[in-house]
Amino acid sequence: MVTKEVVIANRAGIHARPAAMIVKVANKFKSDITFTKDDEVVNAKSIMGIITLAATYQTTLTLKAEGPDEQEAVDAISNVFERKFEEE
Amino acid sequence: MKKFTVLDLLDLDLKENDALSLKCVAGRQGLGKEITLSYLDRPGLALIGFFDDFTYQRIQIFGKRESSFIQKMEKENNLENIEKFFSYQIPCCIFSTGLHPGEKIKAIASKAQCPLLETPLSSTELTRRLARILGAVFAPKQTIYGVLVEVYGIGILIQGKSGVGKSETALELIERGHRLIADDIVEVRNVYGNSLVGRGNNQQLAHHMEIRGLGIINITHLYGVGAVRDQKEIQLVVNLEEWDNNKEYNRLGTDDITTDILGIQIPSLVIPVKPGRNIPIIIETAAMNERLKSMGYFSAKEFNRRSIQWLEAKNISSFYNNEHKFGEE
Repeated sequence: MVTKEVVIANRAGIHARPAAMIVKVANKFKSDITFTKDDEVVNAKSIMGIITLAATYQTTLTLKAEGPDEQEAVDAISNVFERKFEEE
Repeated sequence: MKKFTVLDLLDLDLKENDALSLKCVAGRQGLGKEITLSYLDRPGLALIGFFDDFTYQRIQIFGKRESSFIQKMEKENNLENIEKFFSYQIPCCIFSTGLHPGEKIKAIASKAQCPLLETPLSSTELTRRLARILGAVFAPKQTIYGVLVEVYGIGILIQGKSGVGKSETALELIERGHRLIADDIVEVRNVYGNSLVGRGNNQQLAHHMEIRGLGIINITHLYGVGAVRDQKEIQLVVNLEEWDNNKEYNRLGTDDITTDILGIQIPSLVIPVKPGRNIPIIIETAAMNERLKSMGYFSAKEFNRRSIQWLEAKNISSFYNNEHKFGEE
């Protein structure tokens, strides 16, 4: 299992388009990938799940992957966050 | 668990016979105070000056008697007890029956940063509703990945891996006249220790679905208000999984298989998915079968009982058919 803290760097937070981007990347991997915010856990392969997290600007999420390609998955997804979802 | 504050209490989306109709009349600075207990308190004894074992952590309810008592004290300018009362870290005070706290009380509460709330409800009704609402707020809860639908009155949680067709199955069930409660993320609460209630975790975003190839759709707008529900007790768990030729699937259904969610055992099924299997119809049938079971008729066990009965009858008749042999002996 690999975990990493990611911070929302774009001002609009995770709305539909960033969520779709995350899901697109997450779906390339076989591992089970989740985001945790406070006590809520959602599947990183579910658009509705990620949007309902209500992750606003500067929120910290815990990204967790478990499976055969866990490290690659965490690297690829955190990279999407670092690029601010190509928004700014 | 996330903190539940007085502001959250005011913010709850409550309808009809759950509505609290609260408004804040003083002590707004304290709206961020956390409510830690679901219990309520009538502060009569504290107001007359008896503060031993004062359960100040609870929400304090001011009914007619408490209210007229503090009015009297306010008139007599005898505010010592009231000041002492507000020196405790009280989460908030609620004035029932449309009663208003006096100006001096408001000033003391504001200074102590204790929110004073008002409601037109009677104390009895307020207590009843608050107990129910806070019971649900403080109930053990969990978010679960799946789709919650109501089929023939049975709350069914459809689970399975991403891409197995949960949302598509739910969509077809909606098309066939059943209801959606939540897609993808279901917030589940163990309400009375024996029933599991599921709902969407965000009421503004609930009743939307994501369908591969279509994108996000609004179920209420597409299928009407009859196609959605805010919350529903979960009575059956259906696990969809890819058909695996090497796996044994349940063929008889005589065993009671259950899934544990928050300590409650929910009847569950594993339904293998492959092209050509009409999953929504299987789920509809499962729902009706579940209703039949709750009415006392267990199809699979009943079938088993009948087949045993029939075998016994056959046995006996074959005994009589061979009767002459016994007679000869």
